[in-house]
Amino acid sequence: MRILVNGAWRETEALELSAALQELGYGEAVVATAVNGEFVAAAVRPCTRLAEGDRVEVLAPMQGG
Amino acid sequence: MLELYGTSLRSRLLLGSARYPSPAVLTAAVRAARAEVVTVALRRESGGERAGQGFWSIIRGLGVRVLPNTAGCHSVKEAVSTAHMAREVFGTPWIKLEVIGEDDTLQPDVFGLTEAARILCADGFEVFPYTTEDLVVAERLLAAGCRVLMPWGAPIGSGRGLNNLFGLTALRAHFPAVPLIIDAGIGVPSHAARALELGFDAVLINTAIAQAGDPAQMAAAFAQAVEAGRAARLAGPIEPRDLAAPSTPVIGTAFRG
Repeated sequence: MRILVNGAWRETEALELSAALQELGYGEAVVATAVNGEFVAAAVRPCTRLAEGDRVEVLAPMQGG
Repeated sequence: MLELYGTSLRSRLLLGSARYPSPAVLTAAVRAARAEVVTVALRRESGGERAGQGFWSIIRGLGVRVLPNTAGCHSVKEAVSTAHMAREVFGTPWIKLEVIGEDDTLQPDVFGLTEAARILCADGFEVFPYTTEDLVVAERLLAAGCRVLMPWGAPIGSGRGLNNLFGLTALRAHFPAVPLIIDAGIGVPSHAARALELGFDAVLINTAIAQAGDPAQMAAAFAQAVEAGRAARLAGPIEPRDLAAPSTPVIGTAFRG
């Protein structure tokens, strides 16, 4: 299915968020996630099922003022 | 000591981590400033590049407390979601809450800000709201549960100093017990000294240091200015007056009478 990851369409075989992150190359990276604008805690990523067209945000620490 | 949500800090100079020429210069500036709090943000991470991971290891190596922000958020929902993501990644309940209302001035949307502050305070966050000097907004933010306020000096990155001295002075006088941190718009160390002289508890500086010719030297200069301003505040500055008052005693002046 196709999901929108950080604003770009990606094809994924994964059915839930943690598998999608692995597939997309995030591995053990320190990231925070949101699906369709709602925060998804790391602990519930494995049981967060994805659907066609879902908007996934994957954020990491960055410089800020 | 400066106390923010129960945390005691020696330094009254908080630093932003953005716009430095390199991570090495950022590190040198944080050390020169003797800063104990550094602001950070969250941005989209690419699975291939993973740029954020390296930055995070640099910040962790500094041994400072981080203050994550919600910079770039224009709505309550964005700010609240970003705050939750920041709390998980950075492992702190502290959040510098920004809800931007207008892009030319990056002026806070104070209506969205108070709503987001209410939601986050109720959820256990320790909120540092980036706000204006408006007294009524400040009241609302405190009622929402904020125990620190971060009024702007001038628009972010403008370097104009304390734009509305009357408003800021009134804010300080109106809330004598609330920690007030001037956030945004400070351009040079004298602006920071002025803020501390006026009784503000601390300043948060980013662009003025990061974009200086020598950021580490400027960070040291800001640290001195903040210390001088605080010492002056504690020493009790004189009130300005309109007419001259001779400093040399007049009694016994020669050639008179």
